[in-house]
Amino acid sequence: MEESSASWRGAAQELWRWAQRWAAGWWRVIHLGAQILALALSPSSYAKALRPGLLRHIYQDTAANLAWFTLLSALISLVLIRIVVVTALSYGLTQYALEMVVRVLVLEIIPITAALFAALRATIANGAEVAALRAQGEFERQQASGADPLRSEVLPRVLAGLVAVNALALVAGVVTLVLAYLLVYGFTPWGFAGYTHTVGRVFTPAVSLIFALKTFFLSLAVSLIPVASVLYDTGRRRSSRTSAELQALVRMSLAVLVIEAASLAGNYY
Amino acid sequence: MEPSPPPPSPQSAVPPTAALPPVAHLQAKATLLLLAVGLLVVGAVLYLLYARGAFETTQRLVLVAEDSEGVSVGMDLTFSGFPIGRVRRIELGEEGNARILVDIPKKDAHWLRESSVFTLVKGLVGGTGIRAYSGVRSDPPLADGAVRKVLAGDATAEIPKLVAAARDLIQNLSALTANDSALAGTLGNTQAMTGQLSGRLKSPQGALGLLLGNEQDAKKVVQTLERTNALLLRLDGLAGRADAQLFGPQGITPRLNEQVLGPKGLVTDSKATVQQLNGLLGDARTALTDVRGTLQKLDAVLVEAQGVAANTRSATTDLGALRGEVESGLRKVEHLVNEINRKWPFARETELKLP
Repeated sequence: MEESSASWRGAAQELWRWAQRWAAGWWRVIHLGAQILALALSPSSYAKALRPGLLRHIYQDTAANLAWFTLLSALISLVLIRIVVVTALSYGLTQYALEMVVRVLVLEIIPITAALFAALRATIANGAEVAALRAQGEFERQQASGADPLRSEVLPRVLAGLVAVNALALVAGVVTLVLAYLLVYGFTPWGFAGYTHTVGRVFTPAVSLIFALKTFFLSLAVSLIPVASVLYDTGRRRSSRTSAELQALVRMSLAVLVIEAASLAGNYY
Repeated sequence: MEPSPPPPSPQSAVPPTAALPPVAHLQAKATLLLLAVGLLVVGAVLYLLYARGAFETTQRLVLVAEDSEGVSVGMDLTFSGFPIGRVRRIELGEEGNARILVDIPKKDAHWLRESSVFTLVKGLVGGTGIRAYSGVRSDPPLADGAVRKVLAGDATAEIPKLVAAARDLIQNLSALTANDSALAGTLGNTQAMTGQLSGRLKSPQGALGLLLGNEQDAKKVVQTLERTNALLLRLDGLAGRADAQLFGPQGITPRLNEQVLGPKGLVTDSKATVQQLNGLLGDARTALTDVRGTLQKLDAVLVEAQGVAANTRSATTDLGALRGEVESGLRKVEHLVNEINRKWPFARETELKLP
C-alpha cells in the first residue's frame, strides 16, 4: 500500500516536472520569437554591416528552393486539378470544380506544403547551424567582441525562413491559379471574367485574412522553432543534441498542426 | 588571454555568417528576389480586390425575403445564368423578414428593370441561388437602392407541406380503422346483425318472421296464403262448371252447331238456295244466247232495213209491216230484259228469306 502510493506520487512528480519543462520550452520559444520580431522591426537590425549577411541568408534559403518547389507544386497541382475537374465533369458539377480547386489547393494544401518544404530544406538546417555555432563557442566569442549573435546569426536565419515560406507559398499559389485557369478554360482569354468572379467569391475578406495569417504563422513556426529549440538548449543537454533537434521537430509539427486546425476551424465553422 | 573555443569537428564546422564565402552580386540578386516577391504580393492583393469588385462602382438592391436560409454573403445574383451582382449583407428587417443587400456593378445594372422579378431558388443539390428575370426590357432601369420582394421558388419547401398532408391523411385513416372508430362500430353492428339474421332464419318463422318482425304478422301472412289457396280452388270449380255449360253435351255450343250446320240448319238451306240460283243463272245464260241470236237477226234486219231504206223511195208500202216487226222485236227485247231483270236475284231482291 505504502509502495504503491509512493510510486503514484513519484509518477505525479515526474509528470509535473515534465509539464514544467514542456511549458518552459514553449515559453522560451515564444520569448525568443518576441525578441526576434522586436529585432526584425527595429531598423538597427538592418545596419549596413549586418545587411550582407541578412540578404545572403534570405537569398540562399529562398532562391535555392523556389525553383524546385514551384516545379513540384505545379506538378502536384496539375494532377490534382485534373482529377477534380474530370470528377466534377463526370458528376455534372463543373460549376463547383474551379471553386474546389482554388479552395483545396491554394487555400489549404499549398501553404502547409510550402512551410514543410522550407522547413526540410532550410530552417531545420538553420537550426542545426545555430546549434553548431553555439557548440563552437561562436556566440560567446561574438558577445565578447561586443556583437549580438542574436542579431548577426539568429535573426538572418529566422527572417530567411519567413521570407522563404511566404515566397514559396505565394509563387506556388499564383502558379496553381494560372494552371487551374489553363486546365479549365484552355489557352483563351474569354474565361477570365468568370474565373476572376469565382476567385473573388472564394477569397472573401474573412478567408483572405485567415489565409494570410495562416501563412504567416506557419512561416513563423517553421523558421523560429528549430532555431529557438537549440538556442536555449541547456549545457546539460549539449551532449545529446540530436534529442534537442528531434524535440524541435516535434514542436514544429505540433505548431503547424495547431495552426492548420485553427485555420480550418476559422474557414469552415 | 582569449578563451579558447572547443575544437569543432570537421562535420559540424559551421562558419559564422560574416565569414561565409561571398556570393557574386548578392545585393542585386537578393533585391531582385525581394522585389519580385513584393510585386507578386501586391499583384495578388490587387487581383483579389479586383475579383472582389473593389474597383467597380455599384448600386444597391435590397431584396426582401421571408427567410434568409441558404443565402450567404458573397453569393451571386444571376441573370440568365450570368452573375451580375453579389450579396453584400444580410440583415433582419423591421418586420421580421430577411433583407438581402445586393451590390450590382453599374455596368451590369442595365439588365435589371423596374418590372424585374427576383427569385430565391433552393435546389435539392447545390446551393441556393438568387435569380433575376427582366421580362420587359423597355421598362425604366431599376433605381439605386430599390427594394424588391423576392419570390421563393423552392423545391424542398413543398416537402414539409406534403409531409403534413400525408400525416393528416394517415391520421384520418388510422382514426377510420381504429378499434373505437365509427367504421369499426358499423362493421361490428353488421356482424351482430348477420348473426341475428342467421339465428332468426333458423327459427320456425324463418325469413318471414325476420321480415315482419313478430310472430302474429307472420301467422297472418300464412293465413292469407291459405285463404288465397281456397279461393283459387273455388275459382277452379267455377271455371269447370262454366266449361261444362259452354261445351258440354247440353251446352250452348253443340246446340248452336246443330242449328247452323245440322240437316235443317241454316247452311243447308243456303246451299239449296244457291243451287236454285245456279239454275236461274243457267236460264239467264240461255236467254242471253237467245238475245244474241235475236240481235244477230236484228243486224241482218238492219242490213235489210238499209236495203229497204235504200228502196224506201221505191217501196214504202212494206214500211208499216216492217215497222210493226221492228216494234215487236223491240218489245221482245224489252220483255227479255225485263225477264232477265226479274230472274236476276241479286240485282233487286236483297231480302233473304230464311226458311
